Amino acid sequence: MPDVNFTVDGQKLTAPAGTLLIDACKSAGIEIPAFCYYPGLSLQAACRMCVVRIEKAPKLATACTTTVAEGMNVTTESPEIAQARKATLQMLLGNHPLDCPVCDAGGECELQDMTFKYGAADSFYAEPKNHRDEQKWSPVVYFDRPRCILCYRCVRMCGEGMDVFALGIQNRGSSSVIAPNVPAQLSPEDIPNLDCEQCGMCIDACPVGALTSGAYRYKTRPWEMNHVATVCTHCGDGCKTTLGVRSVSEGSEIIRGDNRDKSGINGDFLCNKGRYAFDFANNIERLTSPLIRKDGKLKPVSWEEALTYAGTNLRKLRDERGADSIGVIGSNRTTNEENYLLQKFARTVIGTNNIDHHRTADYAAFAAAVAGKATASQRDILSAPAVLIIGGDPTVQAPLTAWNLRTAVRLNQARLYIANHGDIKLKRQAKAFTEVTEFGYGSFIDTLSGGNEFADAVRKEEKLVVLLGNEVRGANLSKLTAAFPDAKFALLADYANSRGAADMGMLPDVLPGYQPLGAAAFADEYKTSGNPGLNLVEMFDAALSGELSALYVVGSNPVARYNIEPASLAKTFLIVQDLFLTETALLADVVFPAANLYEKSGSVTNSYGDLQLVSKAADKAGTRSDFELIVRLADKFGHEIKQLVPFGKGLRADMGQSRGAQSGEADRHSIWLTANNMEPKLSPFDPFAILDEIQRLVPGYDKLRRLQLLSGNDQHIEPNAGDLVQIANRNDLVLPSHDTLFTSGSLTRFSPQLQDVQRHQDREVADHLAAD
Amino acid sequence: MPTLVSHPDEVKVISRRFGTGAADIEKYIEQDGYKAAQMALENGPEWILNTMKASGLRGRGGAGFPTGMKWSFVPKESAKPKYVLVNGDESEPGTCKDHVIFLHDPHAVIEGTMIAGLAIGAKMGFIYLRGEYRYLLNIVEKAVADAYAKGFLGKNIFGKEGVDFDIITQTGAGAYEVGEESALMESLEGKRGVPRIKPPFPAVVGLYGGPTVINNAETIAAAPHILLMGGEAYAKLGSERNGGTRLFGISGHVERPGVYELPMGYSMRKAIYDVAGGIKGGKKLKAVVPGGASCPVLRADEIDVGLDFDQMAKAGTMLGSGGIVVLDETVSIVEFALRTIRFYQHESCGWCIPCREGTDWIKKTLTRFHAGGGNKKDIDNIQYLAENMMGRTFCPLGDAAAMPTLGFVKKFRKEFEEYLEGARVEHPLIQIQPVGEPELAGAH
Amino acid sequence: MSAIAESIFTPELAARFDKLVTIYPLKRSALVPMLLYAQDEIGYVSDAAVAEIAQRLDLLELDVRNVLSYYSMLRTVPAGKYNVQVCTNISCMLRGGFELLQHCKDTLHIGHKGVTPDGLFSLEEVECIGACCWAPAVQVNYDFHEDLTPAKMDAVLDIYRAKAKTNGGEAK
Repeated sequence: MPDVNFTVDGQKLTAPAGTLLIDACKSAGIEIPAFCYYPGLSLQAACRMCVVRIEKAPKLATACTTTVAEGMNVTTESPEIAQARKATLQMLLGNHPLDCPVCDAGGECELQDMTFKYGAADSFYAEPKNHRDEQKWSPVVYFDRPRCILCYRCVRMCGEGMDVFALGIQNRGSSSVIAPNVPAQLSPEDIPNLDCEQCGMCIDACPVGALTSGAYRYKTRPWEMNHVATVCTHCGDGCKTTLGVRSVSEGSEIIRGDNRDKSGINGDFLCNKGRYAFDFANNIERLTSPLIRKDGKLKPVSWEEALTYAGTNLRKLRDERGADSIGVIGSNRTTNEENYLLQKFARTVIGTNNIDHHRTADYAAFAAAVAGKATASQRDILSAPAVLIIGGDPTVQAPLTAWNLRTAVRLNQARLYIANHGDIKLKRQAKAFTEVTEFGYGSFIDTLSGGNEFADAVRKEEKLVVLLGNEVRGANLSKLTAAFPDAKFALLADYANSRGAADMGMLPDVLPGYQPLGAAAFADEYKTSGNPGLNLVEMFDAALSGELSALYVVGSNPVARYNIEPASLAKTFLIVQDLFLTETALLADVVFPAANLYEKSGSVTNSYGDLQLVSKAADKAGTRSDFELIVRLADKFGHEIKQLVPFGKGLRADMGQSRGAQSGEADRHSIWLTANNMEPKLSPFDPFAILDEIQRLVPGYDKLRRLQLLSGNDQHIEPNAGDLVQIANRNDLVLPSHDTLFTSGSLTRFSPQLQDVQRHQDREVADHLAAD
Repeated sequence: MPTLVSHPDEVKVISRRFGTGAADIEKYIEQDGYKAAQMALENGPEWILNTMKASGLRGRGGAGFPTGMKWSFVPKESAKPKYVLVNGDESEPGTCKDHVIFLHDPHAVIEGTMIAGLAIGAKMGFIYLRGEYRYLLNIVEKAVADAYAKGFLGKNIFGKEGVDFDIITQTGAGAYEVGEESALMESLEGKRGVPRIKPPFPAVVGLYGGPTVINNAETIAAAPHILLMGGEAYAKLGSERNGGTRLFGISGHVERPGVYELPMGYSMRKAIYDVAGGIKGGKKLKAVVPGGASCPVLRADEIDVGLDFDQMAKAGTMLGSGGIVVLDETVSIVEFALRTIRFYQHESCGWCIPCREGTDWIKKTLTRFHAGGGNKKDIDNIQYLAENMMGRTFCPLGDAAAMPTLGFVKKFRKEFEEYLEGARVEHPLIQIQPVGEPELAGAH
Repeated sequence: MSAIAESIFTPELAARFDKLVTIYPLKRSALVPMLLYAQDEIGYVSDAAVAEIAQRLDLLELDVRNVLSYYSMLRTVPAGKYNVQVCTNISCMLRGGFELLQHCKDTLHIGHKGVTPDGLFSLEEVECIGACCWAPAVQVNYDFHEDLTPAKMDAVLDIYRAKAKTNGGEAK
């Protein structure tokens, strides 16, 4: 489209034809105030704040509904315009309550900001203010009508943005009110109620304090918090969540979660879990002391005692029963560094390949299937003109993915082709939908070669993204990539770092980066056996038959997840590192209190392979990061820590002496650091020391750009499996979490917010969600 | 049953069939009924548009936009179907002219709709009546059914192969804002009566996204008469740039209130004193609200003006809907201003801040003022609020509320000031409202 | 046979609604008429009416309520069998509208939006009903009554009292 030339405040500007004046000005650094205008949502022109003077137009015009025109001459600030905005604000503040002293939005309120700017604070309002009592619409959403300025952002966000349509406008004139979808007379306590996805998007969109969250209401003033942006610990989408943190006697506590920092791959979006389900971190049941089983009971002990006991026992069992009698189970929620360290611990400290984790998608087969091709990042979902979705239910399992798909359809007319065994909500946006039987994905994939309406339509797409649910596994993955050689693929898994766990080699038969066990790059450094180890299920079988002498479980709850008979672990020395006394921890011989993803630093990789930094927000006295615990355990095991974690200066070889790099005995890691202009890390507990090694050794992660990571940006990592040995069919080992919008694995019962929301949703008599 | 009145100065074009039972299709046909539609069918869109333009007919709903020009804005080609929408929402206080058209000559509206449809290439027309006009809707529905029965509507109208036209009648359910053309479309589409962002304008993107012509019922009903008599002939009946005649509903303190058809440009003074018989009971005139409640008031010394769009605009008010409301010396302007703003506050759709909050605020201030709790600053505040609503709102209702308020406060400021000192009229009309919880609009 | 299996409306109204959704380019256009006609039959727009109308038009109940609450003729609570709507807007005000309203309040012993104990009458002060030249005017349900005085108003009320008796007595 041709560009248009126009003038704003005397400045000559250019913008593509069709651009809204308000957007064109913003791009040029000219900020035009607006309440109701919200990029990505339909136009309202209701607040009248964005009025500007356009030459030759008789009245002031709203910049949000005016498209730029050739030769247009615009004034955005003038006495006339200032007066118009001031009067609009004065009228708004007429019925607006004097809640600033206690209102949650105080200090973060767009109405406050505008009033301050346009001097509307001198009020001559002398009439009674319209009042309605505040209403609790759900555990998440509270509505205060007097504060509402009727900008309709919440209504549009819930409808257009979330495709839930749980909010509407009722009555008219100054009696107008935002109404939720369950009227008072149909709800249990006779107040209006919200039957929705409880995502909180409406609360974040609200420019004032009309919509506030149950999780945060009246807890603190925003300037009493520090804000830390990090990656959400729940699903595999990798949203950035902004945590408001305050100092308390036990450390620092997360008081609030929202999306103030919109710089993540999630843009505007955040779901219920990312926003509110941080409260498990503050649960009083958090483990804050190491425990050892004495006389059949778990008793609190000192760190020294617990670590020594665990380390020496582990050593003893390894020496007596052999390395292959020990198993290690890692986590979907620990960082890449921790996962890498854990598998290195298993392979180089203990000397076993008995490593696994709760697999929620078949990433090893995926890596093989996409070898040599580009894969899709989360951002590709937003920009793709066409997406084929096979299996999965993003609305519930990967809400950001669903948001991006809906946004792509709504704003860019993207085409969705959906094949699913269920009537998923995204069907509403689909161009074509075809039903698949629950176990029929394999035969469905065969039909994609053509000869039917669905396949033909999909095959016509030139730029296709193929998005897969975990139902697609094993050989089906390579069948697909062969069928669509030019498409970009993505595989959705559950939990914040499932992809990272697989990428980092938390598997019995591959090394980090899906390298074969004998791969040269690692073999020299790891000296591991080339024989595949036991997978998770086999480990528990071995335990049952008394052959598993020890099991080290980090951030995982396999006993509950896999329905393991507690008695089967009776003859296994069990070390568990976790946040709570889960079903697995309750059976342990030693329990270490661990920090969660919000309390540590490092990196995580989302389902798509987008790598991001996590930042430490909160702090809980008595807990340690998993990284530190693994290092300490290795230390007590008797292992040379410098060989586990490449920290400190002058590591192994003396660079200045006769044996140089060529001799093979020099420290490869130091050489690499120097070559890449990086400094060695000084602490054995520094995860970045391991990140250095990951970057050096793990295919795919070798391309990571450190500055990008440290700036808080995401970057896409290709699996780069290279010459991968054919992976054995491991369909059955993939066990989806079946999490919903309101559950998050073992954390669910420890999050009061999730419990409240589940209870609220279960009580609804009629289902009011848009999908029905 | 609303009584029919007449006066020798009337020029009966639209009202010529009133009282002849023309709601009956046979009686209508006897009086040149449906002849114009057939002429339109014969002569084609260009002829219709030219005739309408020559007539100088301007929208009788209040805006006064030239009808021929409006119809010509509809693009010839359109991917989406085109529509005609007749605005029978008549809710402007002081206005009851469409009421008599629907009652006495509904077929003129039907025929006019057809003519508009033929002019723009639409196959469907909607006649929307306000919800309160149920008995009139029944009459119109019967008339439509009769027209279908005669083959004047439906497929191959008047036997012309390939020319179809359907008419759907629709009821409203109580909302003044729905009289605004884009809010009317929203209501017809089954939504809240909130106006749309313009541009695009209805002629390009209207009902169901297709080009739509929206006209007031009286405007539409004039079309058949114009085609029959010829554009120039119609134009000549009126004044310069204001062709033809219009229905004026004269109400309030006059001897002979009623709906009269007078030529455009007719003297307002004569309309009040001759046609309507002067002030009731021989009292003195105090003020005139000349075109429905939205038009700025004229003082008794300002009524020497011709009743057409341009002359009224020049006099600082508007021709509006032709509803001339006459106030005699016994009326308290304070009460009158209060009742006026109460109306707008009740009818504000609530979409935009200045109208929603402005009408609410002014109403509350005037209520307190009227109840005796006012002060001098209130008068300035009311003026400030009304001035800051003008031209700032999403739709003209904001202006419709602000202009009369400004008119009262500016032209009768002394009366407001004296009110503060305790001056009251002998017979107040409004019960003192307690200043408390404002009443809620809508269903609740 | 109605399109809805268990319609809460009479067969005639259900059939009318079945037809109504077919005549428009988009069936949502039937919403406002449906709400009003449903109210004419039931006396108000009940929750059951909202549910059925939503179903007939493939709308969320929330959508139906949003629209219903906008229009002042639609109500969600029952009124009297005869709803007396007194206009007090400018033309009627000038010719005794407020007196008429007060007279009705005094005669029926109810206020604005009130309902008489026997359910026969309810009273509403309304905005302009479009009978300005025959002011003061009143609507009783959909019937117009013009050129009124308090005495004439009494006569009008008597007409409806008589109607109620011949129709089998009091309102439900």
